[in-house]
Amino acid sequence: MTALWPRIESLLAQVTKPARYIGGELGARRPVWGPGRVAWLLAYPDTYEIGLPNQGLQILYEILNERPDALAERTYAPWTDMEAAMRAAGVPLFSLESTRPASDFDVLAFNLSAELTYTNVLNMIDLAGTPVRAADRRRHDPVVVAGGHCAFNPEPMADFVDAFVMGDGEEVVGEINEVVAAWRAGDAPRAALVAALAQLPGVYAPACYEVVVDPDGRGRVRPAVAGAPERVEKRAVADLAAWPYPKQQLVPLVEVVHDRLNVEVFRGCTRGCRFCQAGMITRPVRERPAAQVEQMVRDGLARTGYDEVALTSLSSADFSGIEQTVAAVINDPECSGQVSVSLPSLRVDAFTVGLAAEIQKVRRTGLTFAPEGGTWRMRQVINKLIREEDLYAAVDAAFGQGWRRVKLYFLIGLPTETDEDVLGIARLASTCVEIGRRHHRNVTVTASVGGFVPKAHTPFQWFGQVPVAELRRRVVLLKDAVRPVRGLTLRWHDPEATVAEGIVSRGDRRVGAVIEHVWRHGGTFQEWSEHFDFTRWTDALAAAGLTLDEVCYRERAEDDPLAWDHISAGLHRDFLWQDWQDALAAAGVEDCRWTPCYDCGACTGLGVEHVVASVAPPAGGSQGTGQDLSTGGVVPVRFLAGTGVRGS
Amino acid sequence: MRTRLRFTKLGRIRWTGHRDVARVFERALRRAGLPVAYSAGFSPHPLISFGLALPTGCESVAEYLDVTFGEPVDPEAVTERLSCGLPEGIRVVAAAVVVPGTPSLQEDVTSCTWEIEVPGAGTEALAEAADRVLAADSLFVQRMRKGRLDTDDVRPAIRAVHARNGDDAAGSVLECELATRPRGVRPTDLAHALGLALGRARRTSQWIERDGSRWEPLAAAAAIAARVTEGAA
Repeated sequence: MTALWPRIESLLAQVTKPARYIGGELGARRPVWGPGRVAWLLAYPDTYEIGLPNQGLQILYEILNERPDALAERTYAPWTDMEAAMRAAGVPLFSLESTRPASDFDVLAFNLSAELTYTNVLNMIDLAGTPVRAADRRRHDPVVVAGGHCAFNPEPMADFVDAFVMGDGEEVVGEINEVVAAWRAGDAPRAALVAALAQLPGVYAPACYEVVVDPDGRGRVRPAVAGAPERVEKRAVADLAAWPYPKQQLVPLVEVVHDRLNVEVFRGCTRGCRFCQAGMITRPVRERPAAQVEQMVRDGLARTGYDEVALTSLSSADFSGIEQTVAAVINDPECSGQVSVSLPSLRVDAFTVGLAAEIQKVRRTGLTFAPEGGTWRMRQVINKLIREEDLYAAVDAAFGQGWRRVKLYFLIGLPTETDEDVLGIARLASTCVEIGRRHHRNVTVTASVGGFVPKAHTPFQWFGQVPVAELRRRVVLLKDAVRPVRGLTLRWHDPEATVAEGIVSRGDRRVGAVIEHVWRHGGTFQEWSEHFDFTRWTDALAAAGLTLDEVCYRERAEDDPLAWDHISAGLHRDFLWQDWQDALAAAGVEDCRWTPCYDCGACTGLGVEHVVASVAPPAGGSQGTGQDLSTGGVVPVRFLAGTGVRGS
Repeated sequence: MRTRLRFTKLGRIRWTGHRDVARVFERALRRAGLPVAYSAGFSPHPLISFGLALPTGCESVAEYLDVTFGEPVDPEAVTERLSCGLPEGIRVVAAAVVVPGTPSLQEDVTSCTWEIEVPGAGTEALAEAADRVLAADSLFVQRMRKGRLDTDDVRPAIRAVHARNGDDAAGSVLECELATRPRGVRPTDLAHALGLALGRARRTSQWIERDGSRWEPLAAAAAIAARVTEGAA
């Protein structure tokens, strides 16, 4: 503890949830400071409860603290009441472990998991006492680095971040540490450090690049200094088995989201859902050996005292050893039947529900499925090849095995979407209620409808986002359609927040001024509806001379430059374009783990194959693989007997 | 088998809430491999019951919880096995077996003793304020309750108040005993009534009044256990 702690503590009585600011988690380190160590402050730009469970941050926290030449502490965005108290009392952003001011650290590293947190990043840099714009920073200011999924379109944050990391951070974090240590030992200017960072594979240092505008007014990002690569390739660890992190997951003193043991079972996804940025940029699939998963679960439960473990990935039921692994966990005598296992991102089929029933013997409250599209046509466009039959079988199995609540995730504002597709959401959800009623009198189905935001490095990166007014109209259409259905609840995302996210997701370097404007006008915590105000964003666009039409609503042509063309997630641009054309033709493609390669580029470019324990598709079939897709849109009559719903 | 534990909540961890401490104990008991019993039914939960909530921000050297084990466990062993797995500031300092029929902490505790630091206040002035409280027939404070502003007379619940010098030069300390019923009085209520700015408040004891005498909760449980044993003999 430092001299700062009494000043921080004197603020705590005035703020909500003061325990956000005290640290003290099981597993937290108290690093030793010394001249031989580069000090990292790992920052998550949202509240403590949202940020603490972040696995990426925890992995880097451990890897850095294991190094003899590094140390890492953590910080999270102070809530607005705490920020006001800190500013009034002159207390800077501080670390939780030793309550040191952020300016004591060499590196300020941000996790970018959501675009609408960017204004919080600026706010935290400012609270650290560091100039918000990278160009204004002095030699003694911390180096601001950022990584995470959103870094794959770095341009909107290019003015504020010294260096971005693309892809997996496990290896590159050590390389950055060495470059910073060497620079700190000398007296070269800050620009020399940034130039050295730009030479590391997977690192993008925006100051080493310039935007070259062609006669048509279209900007392209080009290297401006020698040694900076034309295209920055993402990093991918080949073997998850070599990285069994986090070894000591942090157990917080207060309740946080995902408050359980989390064990990552694989990285990457090959289902090829076209709206999903995570699935595209994390290829190829790399599974952790089943024995290591079991060991991490056993050790983790014993060490943390949690009674729930989540096997995490983008689609955990696809883990090739899933049945055996789940059986090993629930039958472990040390767990004595009190441990529950959860599988985030459930696949939609009866097999998965059977698996869920197997592992959730207790606390059977709600199950969630994500069909995403309301009609088979729509699901072919987005390549989420769930047949109507699969969904009903899953829902029937869920209600039949004791669940009373089913939640369905959908997107609206997808490419080629018609009113029929939107109303299809109401129709699917209503039928699920009917199916449920055969099992219990009181069942609830919640249809949760998000607004689609096109993302970089996906086949939908060329799509002109659906405007706010039209998204609103579609929500109203849906609201009217579900109103008469008892037992069906509709939740929807604010269309204005959807479009604000769109501004930042595909914006170019000019959008940096928009983010700064929103922040300077008080727009922090934009992920939180109580703090979100769309007029701040439209005002900021106008001030920067930009329009929603240009940034969001315009459909891009094949040869239009994209703001992220100088960044590679391993995917060939022509693969993405072909997939976009297939989408427009409503043509689905199968999971490439068990079918011929589509040459997306991820495996070949990175020299990493899909690492799977089994060469056969998972039990129960894989969506779109080895299934008869000709019946995808046919309403299966057998699930509807006695429901009052007529098959077509 | 029910066991009553006495524990502390000191330092930074005072900023956590009552439910946070409950979760910390649930996990610590599992980590220690102690055989906590679970409730039956749809949503089984560990049989742990906590005493009076300690207001967030207050410290204590006298917190209690009752935990039921599925098999006999030596109270000494519970204290020992739990002590290494708890966060800084929380320490189990004593444990005793509670016989069936012993009332729960919630229904049994009648008053608590507090030490309240009052920064910047002179001991004499504080002593005068304490005397005024004791001389008054009623003492009204306004409290938000379920979104409504209520006015309560807290005077009946103030059993004792006196001032003493602080441990450092910064201020004085108000020692008081506050009853838990009919309506509990918190240190902040007393401070409001006195128009004082509160510093750190620490609960130093909880008391159970029975048959005209005052018992510390572990001693109260032991006394009942002794009576049961005698009755059986």
